[in-house]
Amino acid sequence: MRLEPINNPTLARKLVPPALALASTVVIASLLAMVAGANPFSVIGLILKGAFGSKFAILETLNRATPLIFTGLAVAVAFRAKFWNIGAEAQLYAGALVTVLLGTGFLPWSSFAILPLIIVASIIVGAVVLLVPALLKTRFGVDEVVTTLLFNFIFLLFISMLLEGVLKDPMGMGWPKSARLIPEARLPRIVEGLRLHWGFGLAILSAVGIWIIQTRSTLGYEMRAVGLNKEAAAFAGIPVNVVIVKTALLSGGLAALAGFSEVAGLKGSLTLDLSPGFGYTGIIVAMLALLNPLAVVVAALFVAGIFVGADSMSRAADVPTYLADIMLATALLLMVLAIMLTRFRVVRD
Amino acid sequence: MEIIEILFTASFWAAAIRIASPLIFATLGELICERAGVLNLGIEGIMVAGAFAGWMAVYSGTGLWTGVCVAMVVGMLFGLLHSTLTVPFGLSQHVVGLGVTLLATSSTYYAYRLALPEVTSPPKIEAFQPFEIPILSDIPLLGPALFSQTPLTYLAFVLVGVVSMVLYRTPLGLAVRAAGENPAAVAAQGLSVTAIRMGAVMVGSGLMAVGGAFLTMSAFDSFFFEMVNGRGWICIALVVFGSWRPGKALLGAVLFAAFDALQIRVQQTSLGTLIPYQIFLMMPYILSIFALILMSRRAEVPAALMVPFNKGER
Amino acid sequence: MSDTAVEALSLNAITKRFGELTANDAVSLSVNVGEVVALLGENGAGKTTLMNILFGQYTADSGTVRVFGDTLPPGNSRAALDAGVGMVHQHFTLADNLTVQENITLGVQSLLNPSLGHAAAKARIAALSEKFHLAVAPDARVGTLSVGERQRVEILKALYRDVRILILDEPTAVLTPQETDNLFATLRLAIAEGLSIIFISHKLHEVMAIADRVVVLRHGKMAGAANTKDTDQNALAAMMMGSEASPPEVSPAKPGPPLLALRDVTTPDVGSVPGLKSVSLALKAGQIVGLAGVSGNGQTAMADVVAGLLNPTDGDVEMGHETVKKWSPRIAVESGIARIPEDRHKTGTIADFDLVENAILERYKSPDFSKGGWLNWRKSRAFADGIIEKYDVRCPGSSTPIRLLSGGNMQKLILGRVLEAGPQIILANQPVRGLDIGAVHYVHSQLLAARDRGAAVLLISEDLDEVMALSDVIHVIADGRLSPEFKRGEMTPAQLGLWMAGQGFESDTAHAS
Repeated sequence: MRLEPINNPTLARKLVPPALALASTVVIASLLAMVAGANPFSVIGLILKGAFGSKFAILETLNRATPLIFTGLAVAVAFRAKFWNIGAEAQLYAGALVTVLLGTGFLPWSSFAILPLIIVASIIVGAVVLLVPALLKTRFGVDEVVTTLLFNFIFLLFISMLLEGVLKDPMGMGWPKSARLIPEARLPRIVEGLRLHWGFGLAILSAVGIWIIQTRSTLGYEMRAVGLNKEAAAFAGIPVNVVIVKTALLSGGLAALAGFSEVAGLKGSLTLDLSPGFGYTGIIVAMLALLNPLAVVVAALFVAGIFVGADSMSRAADVPTYLADIMLATALLLMVLAIMLTRFRVVRD
Repeated sequence: MEIIEILFTASFWAAAIRIASPLIFATLGELICERAGVLNLGIEGIMVAGAFAGWMAVYSGTGLWTGVCVAMVVGMLFGLLHSTLTVPFGLSQHVVGLGVTLLATSSTYYAYRLALPEVTSPPKIEAFQPFEIPILSDIPLLGPALFSQTPLTYLAFVLVGVVSMVLYRTPLGLAVRAAGENPAAVAAQGLSVTAIRMGAVMVGSGLMAVGGAFLTMSAFDSFFFEMVNGRGWICIALVVFGSWRPGKALLGAVLFAAFDALQIRVQQTSLGTLIPYQIFLMMPYILSIFALILMSRRAEVPAALMVPFNKGER
Repeated sequence: MSDTAVEALSLNAITKRFGELTANDAVSLSVNVGEVVALLGENGAGKTTLMNILFGQYTADSGTVRVFGDTLPPGNSRAALDAGVGMVHQHFTLADNLTVQENITLGVQSLLNPSLGHAAAKARIAALSEKFHLAVAPDARVGTLSVGERQRVEILKALYRDVRILILDEPTAVLTPQETDNLFATLRLAIAEGLSIIFISHKLHEVMAIADRVVVLRHGKMAGAANTKDTDQNALAAMMMGSEASPPEVSPAKPGPPLLALRDVTTPDVGSVPGLKSVSLALKAGQIVGLAGVSGNGQTAMADVVAGLLNPTDGDVEMGHETVKKWSPRIAVESGIARIPEDRHKTGTIADFDLVENAILERYKSPDFSKGGWLNWRKSRAFADGIIEKYDVRCPGSSTPIRLLSGGNMQKLILGRVLEAGPQIILANQPVRGLDIGAVHYVHSQLLAARDRGAAVLLISEDLDEVMALSDVIHVIADGRLSPEFKRGEMTPAQLGLWMAGQGFESDTAHAS
């Protein structure tokens, strides 16, 4: 077989493969639920109901989507320039760390002073965490996939060390947990009485901001050029390594905001289970969104919905929650295949 | 110095070889994939799947070697999935690899929960036992370290020689290397790049799964979540460290394992109590990064690594 | 040939369409045992498609392929090889990091064979090199070989498989005239052994020298066929070109002051490819300087220095009368250097960018297209539309991804992109490689027009005919050294060929004014 590019794909050609990918994901999930002894036809319904079926469910989904929008944006920005940041998990914890360092009473300021400071500091520290792999890549040619992956393990151990050492909450009854944020350092709720914090608003704002940068700015143009063809970009005079470093800084900063938002908006303190793999899930979000920053919001809602819905479905139907992870991995693989099939035709020869 | 003393104990070296064994399997597996031109980031998940599949087979009543074969077959199936997407369809090897890792890990955990819904602590199996090779195991220091290991460890070392022989001394190995250097050269000689690359990824993935199975069937005797814990990523670093050569990769794996064994022992010394244990646990990852920096300038990357090949394209 | 000739290979009424384009329209070609048949045609005439069908890379819409009387199954890449057909591709299919012997023996044995049979293979390669005058070192890595040596490896690859029919695709494009003579000698030895040869070329004099018969393709159709002894170059040219316009007229140059000069420039070697060795060169206003040479002799380094990609390790780049201190692609563009890169697909354009994005690629930071870090898409689009109009870029619109354009139209966009800025210096590196004849003439006329309005042009080409036709002065580059300056018409191709082979450099220090 051979792949032949399609010059003018029809609307059907653009829509059918992705639709089939989603449908296949649903079928596979249903079959797996059947293996677990559940009714295959009710599982998807239960997931949808658990994710969007009530006000509480929707708020839960929006809350779960918030960090995923940030990590999804971080990955989308980096992958667009073909900088393979698989380390959003580490950068997320960097942001969370900065938040508890500055927000636990050491600065007795008002919200209007302390929140912007924490946001800026989180972005900077997250950016610096990713700067190391970026410089290793541009200076020494070390593949960033492996370094960012390994950094995740290193950084989590580092956090663990701090939580069992200097950052340990004396009131924490021995748990490795930081002190709680002061009220001024907490993100307020968007609507009083509804469990949804301004981290979500910040995430939407970031998505729009990144979209504008990518489509309108010279930096966005440079990042896309470097991602599509480094050689041509360098020939044209785009400073490829500088662009890669800038991309890394932006990506790391975005991922750090996920950590900030989780601690300041939801949890109030730092623990080792702050992120159930938001950094890795960000890759799925970004890929499902085809690296488009606005679509990242939609993809994050979809992914968060599956997680939240699977939790409640698991309780109702006694199916392990890992079904959600399987669904997402399947959706990811089928979707990249489907997107390719919207642009290429498989021909036999 | 306590550290020097540790280096001269047979138990230390025995542990180093034991720790190296799963890395050797998986590094060889990754090396075969990359030599054919395919980066396989599915390695981490495939090791998890292999660890579970082999152990589960034995737990369900099969023999140990059958368990190894089951792990291998499961690994090859994930290899088939990976290579179908990356070779004929030419999809991003980064994305597909990470997707395969996610899929393999989550479906393993799902299967584990389904198979053992009620257990709180994971059940044990009768794992591979050390086999003392007569005469050789009586050599002081070296004997207990090298020749009192489990059969899977011996297999790992034998495989290094086998993979090396196949790669450099047979027409098949030449075809695999050529596919990783210039697939057009392979196609021009009438060979199928697709078949060679897919075959290499499947065999390589099978070896990764056996590396995972070593953990549950030889190093330990039961299956835990998170037990692979980044070993797959470390193997990718070891392939680079070994300049894509089986012998050098073996050396890298043993050096790495020796360091790992050392940090475990130093933790228990008086020095170790002064330093947080997390520092020791970080060491393997930090070491891997340094290995990458050290070798990045010298490494001879297969020229067509991560370059998809579409027949008839100019 | 005679009536008793045995047919070795025949392609019968092959038709192949790609969408609306008919690449081969009922093309037929046959070659007898012991015969050389030339397949003549310009780029884009359908020669490569025809060969891809023969080797099963494509399946023909209709028509059959017969080798020694047996019909080959379509779409099977092994069938032609197994039937004894071998091909030396224009772009070599060799793996650089493998040895010569490994490249030659690849895929010859069954993959299940437990051993490579190293010694026997080596002896056989030695015997073949001896017999066909193809000297190579079997244990050398291909990456360290010169282009001529690589071609010998490619031919040995085919001979090692005992081919009966050998196809050579533009084999002389990368050779000096003397190396071409050696190749022809080898081919005559092969004919004497009873092989049949298909020789693909667009060079008339070579076709006349080596072929018994000629088949001419034009726009995918058979434009004619003839025995070489019954025809001449003019008749063949008429068949090949049809009604195509003739090449642009070249008027005498009126050289002005030097605009860009290299003074004793040295650059590092890259692997086995030499860098520049103390090279001095002046590009004068209103003059085309041609750089002839076999590929891989320092042309890339020369182009990279002029394009701003490479800083000399020694020596200076001077613009006007000032030494350039900082040198980068962006500075080169801003200094008014128009750069037409060697590979328009890989370095000249970004395939998935549309025409607008590609048009501003070099100058997106200029105030014409952006301000304060924000792009002005309206002005950018107007610029691209202007180029499309003025340079006759055939495309569905400026928001089309450039990968959908033909090579000629892509090159026109690049031309427009660099010429619209009114450059004083033009670097044209292989500007017409792979283009069809109409596009070739267009590019050449644009370069001549730029010269006539006072620009200094550096033309780098491996095609000696192109260099000799267009250049006012010629330098030859060999192993990173530069020959003295030769005026138009001062040297014959054979004399230049000696320089290309590296002769003449020993005695003097290769200085140009």
